[in-house]
Formats: sequence, C-alpha cells, structure tokens
Amino acid sequence: MIEVKNIEKSFGGVKILKGISTTFEPGKTNLIIGQSGSGKTVLLKSLLGIHQPESGQICFDGRVYAELEDDEKRELRTEIGMVFQGSALFDSMTVAENVAFPLRMFTKDNPSKIKERVDFVLNRVALVHAHNKLPSEISGGMQKRVAIARAIVNNPKYLFCDEPNSGLDPNTAILIDNLIKEITEEYNITTVINTHDMNSVMEIGEKILFLKDGLKAWEGNKEEIFRTDNEAVVAFVYSSNLFKKVREAYLKS
Amino acid sequence: MLIRYLSQIGRYFLMLQEIFSKQTKWSVMKKLIFKEIDDLVIDSLGIVAFISFFVGGVVAIQTALNLTNPLIPKYLIGFATRQSVILEFAPTFISVIMAGKMGSFITSSIGTMRVTEQIDALEVMGVNSLNYLVFPKIIALLLYPFLIGIAMFLGVLGGWTAGVYGGFISSSEFITGTQMEFIPFHIAYAFIKTLIFAMLLATIPSFHGYYMKGGALEVGKASTVSFVWTSVSIILLNYILTQLLLGS
Repeated sequence: MIEVKNIEKSFGGVKILKGISTTFEPGKTNLIIGQSGSGKTVLLKSLLGIHQPESGQICFDGRVYAELEDDEKRELRTEIGMVFQGSALFDSMTVAENVAFPLRMFTKDNPSKIKERVDFVLNRVALVHAHNKLPSEISGGMQKRVAIARAIVNNPKYLFCDEPNSGLDPNTAILIDNLIKEITEEYNITTVINTHDMNSVMEIGEKILFLKDGLKAWEGNKEEIFRTDNEAVVAFVYSSNLFKKVREAYLKS
Repeated sequence: MLIRYLSQIGRYFLMLQEIFSKQTKWSVMKKLIFKEIDDLVIDSLGIVAFISFFVGGVVAIQTALNLTNPLIPKYLIGFATRQSVILEFAPTFISVIMAGKMGSFITSSIGTMRVTEQIDALEVMGVNSLNYLVFPKIIALLLYPFLIGIAMFLGVLGGWTAGVYGGFISSSEFITGTQMEFIPFHIAYAFIKTLIFAMLLATIPSFHGYYMKGGALEVGKASTVSFVWTSVSIILLNYILTQLLLGS
C-alpha cells in the first residue's frame, strides 16, 4: 500500500501539487486522471522519487520515503516497476536483454534461471517470438508489452504506469489495460496508472483520483464516477458525446 | 553569467563524485567496458590513422619548403616532424578532433537516453545511472594513449614517406633527424597529457548529454556545446600542463 500524505511540490515558485493526500491499495488498479497541467505527472514522479516534495510524506507499506537512507531508497526502488509513456526501452538491447536487465542488475541468478524467468514474463505478455528483436523493430503496442514485462520481471510490489495507452490503437489499448489489471490482481501489486484515456477509467478504474489545478478534486471508483455530480469530474470525463451517452445509458439502467 | 558558469563547473565536479559512487555489478560493468572500448577506441582507429599519416606528411613538406638556407642540415626535417607530432599534434590536435568524434557520440547517445526517459528508467530501477553510463567510458578511455601512440608512429611515418618520396630528404637523413636529441621525458609528457585529455573526453560530453533538457533539437545543441567546451578545456589544460611539465 502507498500512502500519500499532504504532499506539496512547486517549480519556479508555481505550486503544482497543493497538499494531496490519498491511498493506493494493493491488488487494485489505481488511476490518476485530470487535465494536462493538473499535476498528474508530477505526482507520479514524486511517488517514484524523481521529484522531492517540499512537504508531506509518501509511505510505501509504512516506510517513509523521505526518511530512508540512500541505500534503503535504492533497495526500495528495486521493488518498483515502471512503465514509461514512451516505453523507455534500452534501444541498444534486444527485447530479451531489456527484460532481463533488472535481473542481471539486482539478482545473483545464473543465466539459465534468468532466461527461464524472461521466457516466463515474455510468455505472459504474449511476446515470446520477439526475444531477439530490437525495440526499433517492433510496434508501439509490443514495446509497451515489453515495458510491462520488464517492469514485472523482478516481482515488484509497486507498479507505476505513465499513460500506458498513449499512441496506441483502441484494440491494443484495451489489451494493455487488461494485461495491467490481470497482472495487478495475479501478483497483488499496488498499481498506479496515470492516464487520459477514459476507456481505461471505465474498464479498469478500481480507484480513481481526479486532480484539478494541483488539488484532489474527487476520489472514487468506476461505478461512482458514473453517478457523481462533481462538476469538474463531469466536465472532464464526459466531455465527449460518446461518454455522455454511456453515462446516460448507465444511469437509466 | 559568471554564476551560471560557476554553478555548471560545480555540478560537473559533483557528477564526477557520483560517477565513482555506488558501483554497478562487475559482471554487467565488464560488458559495458568492452562495448565502450569498441565504440570509442577501436572505432576511432581508422580516422586517427588517416589524419595522423597525412598531417605528419604535411608537417615534413612544410618544414622542407621553409628550410631554404643550404647551411641548415636536411635532417632537421625529421627532427621537426618528430617534435611536432609527439609533443603537440598527436596528443593535442588528435584530442580536439576526438572531442568532435567521440564527444558528439557520447553527448548524443546519453542525451537521447535522457530525452527518451531511459535514464529515468535506470534511476527508477535503483541503478546509479551516472556510474552505469559514464564509468565504462572513463575505463575504456584508459586505452586512449594506445590510440595516441599509433598517431605518433603514423605521423612520423607520414613525414618520412612525404619527405623521402617527395624528394625533399633521404631516408637516412630523416631517420637521423628523428633520433637527434631525443628526450624520453617528451614521450612521458605527451602521455600524461593524453590521459588527462582522455578524462575530459569521457566526462565533459557525458555531462552535457546527461543534464540536457528538451527534445531532439536540444540533443544536437548539446553536442555542439559539448564539443566547444571539451575543445576549450583541452586547449587550456594543454597550456597549463606544458607550462608545468616543460616550462620549469
């Protein structure tokens, strides 16, 4: 479980996060949504330790990140898997080498054991055939799946995904969403997803945190988001006619 | 402006400190070092050999054409070629060229990793990204003096070829010139400079790549800035080292 307690972060005198508090539970897909500039990425990067909040606390299962020693922080980071928006695969390495990277860096496993684990996770994301391909030789959707495989190969306790569906066609986006949800439940991972994709909200939003201007404007789940009368959420989530109709149909039913 | 430069210099030294802390696993590092030796040293052999041979030849021809006084012995062509190549051309001129070749390669490859969030990925995983990316380059460039040794040899060979086959000097006179008043410390001086330049070649372009911000355009700009600063640092340190090692 990740607990965020009243965190604040500014850049160049402009306050981006204004005292956000929330909890991300294990085994659930926790979504952060909001308009561009609402502070989603800053919140995610603060959770990852890339940005240091000026005040407040981030606790990973009781461990206060800011109070950890450098070595403890590095140790904690080995428990984190991250799927970046652009996949961030190492372009000089093959798919298998990318996936094996965390194991080669942080475990004492022998090459055959590493290969076994890599085969297992690549099989899990349906990419066994892409073993020896370079990231530049595979599609965007496949790159995302490789990034997921790399993120889960070391059995992380926490999985962070920054816009995992951006730039993908609707079918592939649904496939990625389902894959993340399945993995989250299967391994009881605390998953935090930063997204703009309303399909993801409707499909896998077990906990949704809506940010507006650096503040927590709303919190709930995918059922509650249909019924909410919070103006900011309604204006953001139901801005398209399609989702307006989906909501109307849900409320009628 | 001055404050900005000072803060950049301070940041550079903090980066050096970080490079040597929290080492990457040796089994991983070993492969990275061999890869960097291939990318930085072996891949530079061709251009270094080509430039050294022909510039050595030009030095010999220029010297020959300027020795118009019949009282000045011809073997001075060999002497001048050896001194120019060993003292300045091979260690300094080649290093400035390498600031362009290796430097732009290092800045653009690290800069691209920054832009595509690959460095963030390393950090999130708990890897000391500076150690992972820059330390192998520093170790690989410990072989840089080997490259400069080849440049020295080929520069003098180029001078001999141009002098003898251009009809400016006989082979025996040239060889006499190259052996004349030979001071072994000059070789040591050249290799001391080379090792220091190697450190600059590995770290300054890495600094500009690692701390760059923006997109593809900024990667290009960072490569240019890195070339300028690496060259300026090499030229300045060349002056200081020459004064310290030969001037006293």
